[in-house]
Amino acid sequence: MDPFILSRIQFAANISFHILFPTITIALGWVLLYFKLRYRRSSDEGWMKAYHFWVKIFALSFAFGVVSGVTMSFQFGTNWPGYMQTVGNIAGPLLAYEILTAFFLEAAFLGIMLFGFRRVSNRVHTLATLLVAFGTTVSAFWIIVLNSWMQTPDGFEMRGGKAFATDWAAIIFNPSMPYRLVHMLLASGLTVSFLISGLSALRWLLGDRSDAMGKALRTGVYLAAVLIPVQIAAGVQHGLNTLAYQPQKIAAIEANWQTRSHVPLLLFALPDEARHENRVEVAVPDGASLVLRHSAAGAVPGLDQFAGNHPPVLPLFFAFRIMAGTGMLMLLVGWTAAWMLWRRGTLTRPLALVLVPMAASGWVATLAGWYTAEIGRQPWLVSGVLKAADALGPVPAGAVATSLAAYLIVYAVLLLAYTGVILRLAVRAAREGDRQPEPGVENQPLGQPVRGSG
Amino acid sequence: MSFDPAIILPLIFAGLMGLSILAYVILDGFDLGVGILFAAADDTERDIMVAAIGPFWDANETWLVLASGLLLVAFPAAHGIVLPALYIPVTVMLISLILRGVAFDFRAKVGLPVKPRWNFAFCLGSITASLAQGYMLGVYALGLDQSAAGILFGLLVGLCLTASYAAIGAAWIIYKTGGALQRKAVLLMRRALVFTALGMVAIALAAPLASPRIFARWFALPEMILLTLLPLVTAALFAALWAVLARLPAANDRYSALPFMLMAGIFTLGFAGLAYAFYPYVVPERLTIFAAASAPESLGIILVGVIVVLPAIIGYSIFAYRVFGGKAHDLRYD
Repeated sequence: MDPFILSRIQFAANISFHILFPTITIALGWVLLYFKLRYRRSSDEGWMKAYHFWVKIFALSFAFGVVSGVTMSFQFGTNWPGYMQTVGNIAGPLLAYEILTAFFLEAAFLGIMLFGFRRVSNRVHTLATLLVAFGTTVSAFWIIVLNSWMQTPDGFEMRGGKAFATDWAAIIFNPSMPYRLVHMLLASGLTVSFLISGLSALRWLLGDRSDAMGKALRTGVYLAAVLIPVQIAAGVQHGLNTLAYQPQKIAAIEANWQTRSHVPLLLFALPDEARHENRVEVAVPDGASLVLRHSAAGAVPGLDQFAGNHPPVLPLFFAFRIMAGTGMLMLLVGWTAAWMLWRRGTLTRPLALVLVPMAASGWVATLAGWYTAEIGRQPWLVSGVLKAADALGPVPAGAVATSLAAYLIVYAVLLLAYTGVILRLAVRAAREGDRQPEPGVENQPLGQPVRGSG
Repeated sequence: MSFDPAIILPLIFAGLMGLSILAYVILDGFDLGVGILFAAADDTERDIMVAAIGPFWDANETWLVLASGLLLVAFPAAHGIVLPALYIPVTVMLISLILRGVAFDFRAKVGLPVKPRWNFAFCLGSITASLAQGYMLGVYALGLDQSAAGILFGLLVGLCLTASYAAIGAAWIIYKTGGALQRKAVLLMRRALVFTALGMVAIALAAPLASPRIFARWFALPEMILLTLLPLVTAALFAALWAVLARLPAANDRYSALPFMLMAGIFTLGFAGLAYAFYPYVVPERLTIFAAASAPESLGIILVGVIVVLPAIIGYSIFAYRVFGGKAHDLRYD
């Protein structure tokens, strides 16, 4: 295989593995702060037990996020040196601000948040939790700014083949940034709310009726029920923004080969890129025109406008539908569970059995969404500025293939271990109550009961 | 003295990058060292050793992100030359750091039967990450020389850096623990120091022989007179360290922080010698910091952030170290 494809697969593998964990930590940080604040107001130990259960998953996810993120910043240099050499003047400051304003903040206060409960006052511990949650969100802000700038670049000029910043406000608040940021933060909220609901439902299935489990379950389910309609609305707005700035991406998502009016909304199809047509179509008449142009007669851009300059149709078509389909499933399950908890105050067995696998729904939707966004940017690395193929470095295919194989093996093993440990934490909490021995003292009993120090 | 931003800014950023690398090798150096010393510890000792670095390692690794980030953002041209040339060791280091970081968390959360596996991963990841870092440092010092001699020199530096990390890791354990583990750390540190000293002497002899540029740089009059101070002071620090270790553990835990401070001093001097050998190159013999730098406007924007944020980073890092000051106890979330 050629180094270009291998390097792309490697970067995709790195970034796919990485995004799984920030998607959890960004919103879980705020949920932990919520648990902490509820505890401070009510002195109800259930909230603190919920906090201590979920802070372990936060710690593990955070460690994964950090180590997998380091890999990516090195990949820019090892595999894609043309990227920084062309747009380094813009990407550089954005990445530097992420490190300076977010990474150190979250890393320094993470220690206090995780292990400082008895060493600092309750107030300082709450502040540390707040700063970690804030840090993860600031980090998301800067990286979304950079990604959005690569999608819809603005505020720069090209001189001698290099991008130079002319307007930092336009760079930061580039056209797709606000939409992408909101969409991603909501995605993180949904990932976490379904993860909390799913693991709590697992504990419920194992007979756990503890107060801490119930508090977490209700938090997860109600949060999911509130966020999912907001996310669907935000997603539609993000799509309309993409239509305005990256119409070729929308044309590929819709597998619409010709620019025309009365474009149907394809529920399913088999796009055939060689023949420029779809082989099977299950469609809602005029649907795409109605959604994108708010009129059946509205013209929707087709792939014919972008010959040789549009992303591959098949992966985009399916990635988008997996994301949107998962979103619909989240709506159905989230609202059903919320209604059930609200009216009957408890889960039912079938509902719990659905909620458990839905714990992974956020990951599925987030990955599918990012594939839609990033494959949809191809063949460009920075839209209209730099093609991915032109940023490739000189490393031979054999070396890339070796490193790729090593990464894939490590990622597969770690993902299995991560899932196993999280399930184990839930099963143990269900069987033994929220009193697991703590890190480093696994074989010793917990010294004192879980209680805050004022 | 010129105040041309195209001269001043690359100098400032080269300095910042140097400081970040130094902060990284000292701070994550002791984390990696503790991982290396896992090989010589039993299970109870391992739990205390992890408790001694648990609240800090994440922030410590962030200095690597800052150092590589500064190379990436301030000297993108160099980043694009150095990293592809070091592709394999970089990959080894990254995978090792992944293993090290997650093993840290896993070993505390899995059942007892599988805990040894993650202990092993933690130790192995720390060793291979240290070797890879030292190898890269050696190859880089010789101007990315990948000949057999370059690779041998890289391996030599790799071993020396691994020994140095083990030594500073032992110094941290001396500082953070007491009793039998502290006594054991004193013994381990003396052993690691022997290899560190041998390695540093070998590097100081091999580098000027392998690279005429370093030879010319180190043995040019009149700078050489001042430069002679560097190995002399380093040797003095080694001697002081040896003397302190002979008296440890002392009554009332006196001097327990001294080995770490002396070791940090040795790291700083060794690093200064290497940095002096490079200047003004960021890719030895090929690219100066001035030719590799980003546009002054972009560097200026970053510098504003650095000036505003770096004091805060240092402030809250010190606060975090103070919160977890004193001897290490069991790490617990509650």
